[in-house]
This record gives sequence, C-alpha cells and structure tokens, in this order.
Amino acid sequence: MNVVEAINSALDNELKKDKRVIVLGEDVGVNGGVFRVTDGLQKKHGSDRVVDTPLAELGIVGASIGLAVNGMRPVAEIQFSGFMYAPFDQLFTHAARIRGRSRGRFTVPMVVRTPYGGGIRALELHCESGESFFAHATGMKVVIPSRPYDAKGLLISAIRDPDPVIFMEPMRVYRAIKEEVPETEYTVPLGKANIEHEGSDLTVISYGAMLKYTKQALEKSDYSAEIIDLRTIVPLDTETIINSVKKTGRCVIVHEAPKTCGFAAEIIARINEKCFFNLEAPVERVTGFDVAFPLAKSENHYLPSEKRILKAVDKVMK
Amino acid sequence: MVKKVVENFKVEYLQVMDENGKVDKKLMPNLSAKQIKEMYELMILIRTFDDKAFSMQRQGRIGTYICYKGQEASQIGSTYALNDKDWMFPMYRNTAAYIARKHPMSMILQYWSGDERGLKSPDKLNNFPLSIGVGTQEPYAVGCAWASKLKKEKNVSFVYFGDGGTSKGDFHEALNFAGVFKVPCIFICENNQYAISVPIKRQTNSETIAQKALAYGIAGIQVDGNDIFAVYKAVKEAADNARKGKGATLIESVTYRLCDHSTSDDAKRYRSDKELKQWQKKDPVDRLEKYMKANKLLNDKYKDEVAKKAKEKVEKEVRIFENIKDPDPDDIFKFTFEEMTDELKEQNEEIK
Repeated sequence: MNVVEAINSALDNELKKDKRVIVLGEDVGVNGGVFRVTDGLQKKHGSDRVVDTPLAELGIVGASIGLAVNGMRPVAEIQFSGFMYAPFDQLFTHAARIRGRSRGRFTVPMVVRTPYGGGIRALELHCESGESFFAHATGMKVVIPSRPYDAKGLLISAIRDPDPVIFMEPMRVYRAIKEEVPETEYTVPLGKANIEHEGSDLTVISYGAMLKYTKQALEKSDYSAEIIDLRTIVPLDTETIINSVKKTGRCVIVHEAPKTCGFAAEIIARINEKCFFNLEAPVERVTGFDVAFPLAKSENHYLPSEKRILKAVDKVMK
Repeated sequence: MVKKVVENFKVEYLQVMDENGKVDKKLMPNLSAKQIKEMYELMILIRTFDDKAFSMQRQGRIGTYICYKGQEASQIGSTYALNDKDWMFPMYRNTAAYIARKHPMSMILQYWSGDERGLKSPDKLNNFPLSIGVGTQEPYAVGCAWASKLKKEKNVSFVYFGDGGTSKGDFHEALNFAGVFKVPCIFICENNQYAISVPIKRQTNSETIAQKALAYGIAGIQVDGNDIFAVYKAVKEAADNARKGKGATLIESVTYRLCDHSTSDDAKRYRSDKELKQWQKKDPVDRLEKYMKANKLLNDKYKDEVAKKAKEKVEKEVRIFENIKDPDPDDIFKFTFEEMTDELKEQNEEIK
C-alpha cells in the first residue's frame, strides 16, 4: 500500500470496529477526498458516518469537538494544512483545554487529519508545515508519519487516543512510497520514535515527508548515519534522541518548516540540556526558511535539498 | 424573463407578561403555582449571589467577576425549561444558569477566585465549562447536539452567547451546520444591548438577531428577555421541537444588564442614566413579583422568608468556599492529557 491507501485502510478498520467513529470534512464523502484518502468509505459505511460538511474549517473542527465531548470519535479532515488557522482558535481555545477546564469530566478524543508540506507544485496555502504551532499550543498530540506502515498504525492509535491529536499527512510522499501494510488492524504507539537505520558516526533526525529525502541524501554520504524518524513530535521521544546522540556525539536535524522556532530548535535545546558534554560538534539544522512558502517555481530553493543536507553532515563531521 | 419573490420571512416577538406583571392568558405557559414559586425563589437566590460575589470582589475575596444583574429571567426561564441531562454550553455571564443547574455556588466562587477546580460539572449534570472566548462555544454545542442525534438520544444542547457573539464567524458557521445537519440545538442569544461598551447597532445592521436564523434554515424568535414566562415558553417549544427531530432554534432574548460588564468596567462611560432608569423599570424580578402579588402567590411574609433563605444559602456557600484549600502545585500538570507525558513529568519535578 502507499500512504493514501494505508490511511484509508486505517479509517476503514476503525469505522468497522467502533460505531462511535465518524469521518467528516470537505469532499470526504461522495468524492472520497481531494487526494482520495477516504475513497469508498461513504459507500461502505453510510453518509451518517462519512460526512460531507459545509466548506467551513472552523465549523468542522468545532463540531468535531462537540461530537467528541458527547461520546463520538470524530476524525475530521482539513483539506490542506494551510487552512488550519481558522480552526486553530477552536483547537487552542477549547480542544486542548477542555480536559483541564472540566477537570477530566469532559474530554476530546478527536483526530484532525491534514495533508501538509511542499514539493508537489501546489497553490499557495497548500504547502505549509505548521507542526510547531500545534506543538507549542499545548494539550494536543502531534503525529507526523513518514511511510505507509506507520501512517496506518499511528492513525489507529490516534483515533483510539483519549486526547486531541493533530495528524499531519506527508502529502509529498502520499503515493511515492509503497510497502507491505496489513489489511487488518494494528497500532504503532504515539510518542515512540523509530530508528530507521542504525549508524555510528552521526545522528540524523527527521520526520514526515522529509525523511525519504533525507535518507536519499545520506545514501550519497560515506558516513555511518543513525537515522531517527520521530513519528510524533508531541509527545516527543527524547530518550531515543538522547541515547543516539550520546553514542554518536554529532547530530543533524532536517525539517521543512521555517527555521525560527521550528521543531529542530526544541530538539537542540533538549540535546543541550541532557547530553551537551557528549557533543563533538554543534548540532546543525537543515530547515525551510523564514519566508512565506514560495510558489511552485521557487519551492525547490526553499525545501531542504540534498546539497544542504550533505553540507550539514560534513560540517558536524569536521 | 421572470422576476418573482422566492422566499418570504416574518420574525415573531413574544411577550407573555408586561412590565406591570399582567399576563396574556392565551400565551401563558402551563406552570403550576409551585413551579412559579420555584422560579421566583431561584431568581432571588441568584440575585443575592450576584450582589454577594460583587462585594466579595470589591473586598478582594475573589478575582474579576462577571455580574449578570438584569438577566435573571433570561437565564432562569431558559434553564427551567430544560432537563439536567440536556447539555448546557454557557458563556462567562451565565452564572445564574449554573446555579439554576445545581452547580454549587461555592465552586462558582472558587472559579472566580482563580481555582479551575470550580468548573468541574457535578457528575450527573451536563454543565459544560463556561467559555471565556466570545462566541467560540457555539460550534461545539452544535457538534454535541449532532452526537445526541446520531446516538438517537433525546437530549438537546443549548448554548448561551451575547449580542457581541453574533458578530463572529463562529456564530454563522455554527448556525449553518445546525441547519444543514438539523441538530437538536437551542441557541440562546442574550441581547443585553452592549458588548462591553459597543452598542447593538454597531454589531449588526439587522433589525433583530432572531432573523439571522432564517438565513440558515432554522427557526428564530425574539422574546422579551425580562419576562420569565416568555423565555420559558420559547425555550420549551424549541426543546420540544428539537426532541421531535425538527432541528435547531435561535432565540433572541432581549434584555439589559443592570450592572457593569465586569468588576473592571464602568458602564457610566458609555450608557446614560436615563437609559439605565428606563430598563430598571423593566426589572425581571420586580415584574414577576408584581404578577405573583396580583395572583396571590406572594405576600410580604413569603417575600421576606425567600430573601432570608437566599441570604443564608449564599452565606453558607461562601463559608464552604473560604475553607477550600488552594490547589496543590502538581495540580496544573494533571489534566493536560489523560496520562502525563515524560516531558510533563520532568517539568513537574522542577517545582518540587
């Protein structure tokens, strides 16, 4: 399966297993989603459970909060992550705080799925990587799979999670990676990073769509890189990061979100707090830039390139 | 070529009891003497509480407090028409509704003194934590009502907001969803004429707020919000319709806050004395008393007893509140997620 099929399979499994699950969003029903992620689900599970909504992102997330509070398990789709900022108010003001404000009496077991990231020559506001906003808002889990197997297992975990989860789907690799994915249900736990590739010279950390391109770049390097796929940034698997950096003493972090306050900054801070004296060189980050995401003809200048990744590797290895 | 009218609308206004306490018998809802007395006693209780909470803020015994004087009929009339299992989504000015919905007054004081534990709804009641953000509670009230519909439960969701709240996109998206999915939701707009200092005419160029319902294909009605019978009747009908699967209703409860916006506000800066006096004549508590007196449901002795009992109840709750210990430092970490993350556990250690 590819990532799209794996997510579809996760939704199908959960709709079948749990009557409380409801999928809602723009074009998710008859059309099966603009990326066909929900293809065939409405036909199979009915229009009460796979629901085309009005074109209103705030309304979709707001309604999902209420559905979740009153016993349902909504999985909302926001068509592109650039449209997450109208509902961000609902997420920040309510979804993330209801457990606390009601002292556990009311909870929001809700998933908001949204494709994110650049590299597909899309329109403006269709390419953003806003994970740091959600991580910084507190009270929401932030999950970003990089491959089909994880996409399915993490989404099932997210749907079963008792708290709100932002599930960011790597649009650039929706169909670019294929691997064996079981038709049946399974989970990949939230908060556990995956060591994609063991290595001894340096640690390279990435997540989501950038993982594939980071791996490709490292194939051209002679160093033995330990590649970590974070899989979730909230909760963050600090332990796996620290153990690896303690072993290698060198680290590069790659993400396509802008540099300032990008998630790499948080990882560097944790490395400094927990294993600064194991470092042989300052940690390098390869990120997007502090500019609005460029239009199609310029996006390759923005996205972390093979050249920039290898340059950072060479720098920490010096 | 055709030019024709494709849709016609009318907006109804409902008043059952006039300013002198006279009721229109044809419109009077079916309420027993006992029920009317219960409503009156609640109104006296919440007004007593409001006065007490205001003075406690002035004495530094609680923090910022949002008064509601003048809106008692609007809040008691509406809650009285609904069941404990119905879902209430209040805003910050709905303390009266909370008290009517059996939320302990000591906990309300606890919340307004800066202790979040006061917001926890008693177990058998669906009293949602009040919204501080204006109008942001409307979309999820719709979601909650939608869940009731999907689960084939007969509960309705009701959500309060002010005239200011109708200016926000949240209101329009919520009403639109409520119409499209035909959910059992009652939108109660307490139009108290001002959003802090900005008058209703600056919120909307519509003649009424009620008419906004019509654009979304749901029912809308304007009621005299200082007439407890009118509010009760409108909410009861809206709830009956919602339970029958007839969808949502927007109720515009026309009222006036006879107090400042909050304990940090001075309404004299933007409202005239003349205007205030006009609305004082429409006081919802006085109005019900006039009705009860004329219908032999109230005499001086009963009135004194009710006032005394209310004062005792409030004082008792104040004592309970003042004996509540401050929250434990660990408390702030406990409710972010069901299970504390490793990161939160580590941060929690920092304050030990």
